[in-house]
Amino acid sequence: MTIVEAATFRIVGHSLRRQAMELVVQALIYLAALVAISLILLIFVFVGRQALPVLISPAVHEEVTLGELFLPQEYGTSEVPLRYVWQPVSVDPKYSLMPLFLGTLKVTLVAMLLATPLAILAAIYTTEFAPGWLRETIKPVVEMLAGIPSVVLGFFALIVLATWMQERFGFDYRLNAITAGVALALAVLPILYTVAEDALGAVPRSYRQAALALGASPWQTAWTVVLPSALPGVFAGVVLGFGRAIGETMIVLMASGNAAITSWEFAEPVRTLSATIAAELAEVVFGSPHYHVLFFIGLLLFAVTFVLNWTGARLVDRLRRRLAGVER
Amino acid sequence: MNSTTSTRDFPLLKVQVSDRASVAAPVTDPKVTVESLTVRYGRRVAVDAVTLPIYRNLITAIIGPSGCGKSSLLRALNRMNDTIAGVQTSGRVLLDGQDIYTPGCDVIALRRRVGMVFQQPNPFPKSIYDNVAFGLRINGLVHSKAELDERVERALRQAALWDEVKDRLDRSALQLSGGEQQRLCIARALAVEPEVLLMDEPASALDPISTAKIEELMFTLKQHYTIVIVTHNMQQAARVSDFTAFLLSGALVEFNPTPQLFTNPADPRTEAYITGRFG
Amino acid sequence: MSLRGLDRSFILLSGLAVLLIVTMLAIIVGNVVWHGWEPISWEFLSGAPRMGMTEGGIFPAIFGTVLLVLLMTIFVVPLGVCVAIYFSEYANRQSWLYRWTRQAVNNLAGVPSIVFGLFGLGFFVQFVGGWVDQQFYEGKLTYGQPAILWAALTMAVLTLPVVIVSVEEALRSVPQSYREASYALGATRTQTVFRVVLPQALAGVLTGGILAVSRGAGEVAPILFVGAAYYLPELPKRLNDQFMELGYHIYVLATQSPDVEATKSLLYATVLVLLALTFLLNLTAITIRARLRVTGGLR
Repeated sequence: MTIVEAATFRIVGHSLRRQAMELVVQALIYLAALVAISLILLIFVFVGRQALPVLISPAVHEEVTLGELFLPQEYGTSEVPLRYVWQPVSVDPKYSLMPLFLGTLKVTLVAMLLATPLAILAAIYTTEFAPGWLRETIKPVVEMLAGIPSVVLGFFALIVLATWMQERFGFDYRLNAITAGVALALAVLPILYTVAEDALGAVPRSYRQAALALGASPWQTAWTVVLPSALPGVFAGVVLGFGRAIGETMIVLMASGNAAITSWEFAEPVRTLSATIAAELAEVVFGSPHYHVLFFIGLLLFAVTFVLNWTGARLVDRLRRRLAGVER
Repeated sequence: MNSTTSTRDFPLLKVQVSDRASVAAPVTDPKVTVESLTVRYGRRVAVDAVTLPIYRNLITAIIGPSGCGKSSLLRALNRMNDTIAGVQTSGRVLLDGQDIYTPGCDVIALRRRVGMVFQQPNPFPKSIYDNVAFGLRINGLVHSKAELDERVERALRQAALWDEVKDRLDRSALQLSGGEQQRLCIARALAVEPEVLLMDEPASALDPISTAKIEELMFTLKQHYTIVIVTHNMQQAARVSDFTAFLLSGALVEFNPTPQLFTNPADPRTEAYITGRFG
Repeated sequence: MSLRGLDRSFILLSGLAVLLIVTMLAIIVGNVVWHGWEPISWEFLSGAPRMGMTEGGIFPAIFGTVLLVLLMTIFVVPLGVCVAIYFSEYANRQSWLYRWTRQAVNNLAGVPSIVFGLFGLGFFVQFVGGWVDQQFYEGKLTYGQPAILWAALTMAVLTLPVVIVSVEEALRSVPQSYREASYALGATRTQTVFRVVLPQALAGVLTGGILAVSRGAGEVAPILFVGAAYYLPELPKRLNDQFMELGYHIYVLATQSPDVEATKSLLYATVLVLLALTFLLNLTAITIRARLRVTGGLR
């Protein structure tokens, strides 16, 4: 008696050419999968390789140490204390990352505060209230929005939006965290919307019927039954959108003013992590401490978005299991 | 269909059965021998220790209520179950005395020798010609265009489809009617000249006229092929087959010459089934 | 307000969110079309920039973009198709290889585009290019510098997940019965995949390719340091030449121009060209995919 495992295709004893062909193709297919894995590793290794001197190279440490990157320094005078300064190109280079962190945070915050409610409301409307034809129209519209290159959004923010917003709200600076944040919101809206819409759409119809049968109004059903059930998915959208916003480059490079200021003022120009790399790497001396610090920033961005994406994927998984678990 | 066919009554079944079925029980050795074959999907046992002979140049029908393991048994005969993840097969299936489940058996060659026709007609979305030529091409069975033409025509003639499609061989197979599509699938299977033809409810998706054509076709085909047909339609089994196997919950309840099984079943469960008391 | 009234106003609010999104899209597109339409002429599309980019056309940028995405397609489509085939036809869902590959592709999709730029510089330009120079050019700087080849490869890595997702979806939509019919005729897995399944998924391959091209044509951050040039008097002729690119050209015109007002109309026209290009590509992809979903295959 022989037991045969399924899905094993034995090709022994047949024409050798075919057998060889089969093995070659299979090897190529598996190789492609390995290439996909190695790409993400290569990104990590080759960005990390240029970032590593920031941690270990004495030559780099002569100009900048880890402490200077993150901890408060005494750059100013006792009357005007300057504790965080990003000024890598100067006689006495200063490499405080704090202004860049703060700038990134401010722009991202504005973008998320605008995009999140908008995307969730729109997703609720699409899945719960919109008639079929409208639903089929909204999706391509959002896909179109997602298809706008970020350089075009950056251009629009720089040329049109910034002027309009300054006139409307009387900002001191034409380019600032709020303007860049609004433009960035347009970039993260599609991903937030798509993930939230998927999550809401995956909630079983029986939930809605149960709520409606208990006398809940359509909005109460959507708000108190459907949305809470889909919450991990909606949250995943927020996390993924956050990851996208932190890494987005061209919009902030063009619309944020790029001044590395350390303050909590939102109507001021800001410089983000990504924009700093984009603006400075092309002009930096290869192998200089500045060069390695820029790669270090890239590695930080990579790590942060990696964690955010991983978390987002986990949340989507959890939602799927949660809904499946309840359904069966 | 064929007016010269005489019929005789099967009292239990209340249908008339072609007496071309089972003229005489075969005395030859079986083409295929199934020996305590068990097929499992994960924990579920689909086929439970079935032992069964399948005789050369005859039609063997496998009947039983849906979910009884008919299709799993059929698909074990050309190892199509291998394509489904999580299926485990134990036992032996001997084709001309050789176990197709021995390690090192050439599954690809096996499937060329044991062809299959599926429940839903599944022609490729290619031309009629390319459908029939597919097996010949991938198996490298022909060496010239003329030879390919000839083999395609022969297969289409065998499937009684040639006259209907000879002027539109380059048209998409999907433009054919359901019955024509199924005969095309038969032609496609025949083109590689298999020795055994497995048919998984080949007529269940078809109208009565197309069904009759397929059944008629089976009579002519059995001169050259050994045929196994799975059907949930007892009348069909009675009409076309020489031997019938009745399966219940994966286990073989009865295997006998068709007239005997339908007129004088040995097992009370068979009788219950063919008289329509369950299923 | 009654409960019913409150209910209605909430629904209205969510509807307004949709309306706002649509309006914003309309404003952006409308603004670009309104200002960008007029300067577009044959000279603009076929000429080179003149007078410090305040006059002339954008042909070198169009040429560079097309060349970039074509090269990128050559790299990304075969690899993407193979990975998608692995996912859909070969992978054992329980295996570590499947889980790792899936995870890698998901993460690749989330890597910030600027990081791809760093990667392209660190890996393709300096590591691979430097190695090529050492081996074949006696250390003379030939490939170890920013070039269209490295930009295309970088862009290929960035668009890889786009192709994989699209092709995989198409492969999975091919009915299992086709595979069964093929196996039953004695076809091997390779024959089944390449002669039955993949031809059925061609529309998906096409969609994936188009979406990748659209994405690649619009991304600027990854190519900032790996080959895009501010201004070049000549079109790229060799793989190690630098090139001009539409998106980068927009960035340059918008931020580095000495006279923003003078370049504004050309800038708008350039944006319109890029926007029209990406929209057209996306629209094509969306249409193909929609038809694919309805019929389960293009015929």
